[in-house]
Amino acid sequence: MKVLMCGNEVLAEASIMAGCRFYAGYPITPQNELPAYMSRRMPEVGGVFIQAESELAAINMVFGASLRGVRAMTSSSSPGISLKQEGISYLAGCELPAVIVNMMRGGPGLGNIAPSQSDYFQATRGGGHGDYRQIVLAPASLQEIVELTMYSFDLADRYRTPVMILGDGILGQMMEPVVLNPESRSSKPGIKKDWILDGCKNRAPRVIKSLFLGEGELERLNQRLQLKYRKIAEEETRSEVLYGDDSTIILVAYGTMSRVSRNVVEGLRKQGKKIGMLRPISLWPFPEKELKILSEKVDKFLVVEMSCGQMVEDVKLGIECKRPVHFYGRSGGGLPTEDEIMRELMTIYSSSLP
Amino acid sequence: MREDIVFAGFGGQGIMFMGKALSYAAMKKGLFLTWMPSYGAEVRGGTAHSMVIISDSLIASPVVKEPTICAAMNNPSFQKFEAKVKPNGLLIVNRSLVESEPTRKDIDVMEIPATDMAFRLGDPRIANMVVLGALLAKKTILPVESLIDSMKDIIPEGRRGMLSINEEAIKQGYGYGSR
Repeated sequence: MKVLMCGNEVLAEASIMAGCRFYAGYPITPQNELPAYMSRRMPEVGGVFIQAESELAAINMVFGASLRGVRAMTSSSSPGISLKQEGISYLAGCELPAVIVNMMRGGPGLGNIAPSQSDYFQATRGGGHGDYRQIVLAPASLQEIVELTMYSFDLADRYRTPVMILGDGILGQMMEPVVLNPESRSSKPGIKKDWILDGCKNRAPRVIKSLFLGEGELERLNQRLQLKYRKIAEEETRSEVLYGDDSTIILVAYGTMSRVSRNVVEGLRKQGKKIGMLRPISLWPFPEKELKILSEKVDKFLVVEMSCGQMVEDVKLGIECKRPVHFYGRSGGGLPTEDEIMRELMTIYSSSLP
Repeated sequence: MREDIVFAGFGGQGIMFMGKALSYAAMKKGLFLTWMPSYGAEVRGGTAHSMVIISDSLIASPVVKEPTICAAMNNPSFQKFEAKVKPNGLLIVNRSLVESEPTRKDIDVMEIPATDMAFRLGDPRIANMVVLGALLAKKTILPVESLIDSMKDIIPEGRRGMLSINEEAIKQGYGYGSR
């Protein structure tokens, strides 16, 4: 059955469907519907909702719940996510699963509350310190929010690592029909956690920490983490390709921008123009293999973002700069329109004709 | 079919709700739709608006830049949105509260004393439903009956008493719009 809820509420309900039973957060627009929904819903399912005194407190409460073995989540928007970075680094260092939601708004600084995609660097490079990675998933519709939210909890548990769901003000605020179907999950839940801190009666005590002062200890941890990240990159990269076989130009866009780009591509295809699209669904790991395959077949790339150009760097790296990569973006609340993208595309397209 | 709709008014006029009501009815009809609120730093007494897109094909961005239909429920929103309506589009003006006169000649303007009609029904807050009824008389996005049917699903249980007055408001608006 289809229901009508905003993206923030859909994400909250999907996390409960995934077994999330601990939520801590601090209010910030444009994601407030998420904690508001959780405050009502968590007590109904026997979970815990805490409005923390700050973003820092919230991420560290998630840390505590996670080491006790509970599926835990926090959410915020850009400035609040910046505050959580220390906690995310600790989660990565302690190999604790957690889901962090960022409904991006304009920055830098306090910025504004308009939708934006300018936290791509922070999300994919790691805003906290140390040699760590976090999985980053970017849904493009409310239905995909359902699927990816459930998937993110499974990934977090399987790899014992923080996972970020990266949306924006539009995805959080908008409503569109959605089916809340637990069977839509793309991975298997239920992993036995033999590392949690649940009282050491009748067993040896366990330690969860990120401080390693012994000779070579920390390097060994980092080597293990890198092996884990390589495995994640091999097995969990996700993307969608439209018209990959016969396109001259490939648009690359994620999340909200991929919705607008898709319409541009479909419109131009109807006119017989050979335009295609790559939509990264996992931003880390980034779909480098898919890009490399495309770069053998197409002439040019156009990256479209609600930022001044961040993902465009990963596209260049992905194709090892073998093809020209163009960029169109707007920032600080600007939303590239179909007309603007079309204009940009046609300039590039006509310059590539013989 | 595709309509880009803006509902605009001040807080308390049920601006978000009228968008949701129409969206819900469209969902029941199996249409594609998006709903998006204005969630900016709105000022008291100023305008709030909700944007609804209803289409028979996939919708990209939920943001409405150039509405094909706009309902201006108060004077500030009339002043804000009159110029934005797409040529040949429809502007519904709540004559009870909008003092300004329309200046556009390239759009269809429907004036309706929605708040006065709602007063006579017993509750000025119901002006939003009067306007929705009038809208469906002018534009055949979906049958007015499906909006009326939807009301029982979207009015919360504690307010079921409001069901009949909502239905009456939609019918009167529809009647006014059909003239």
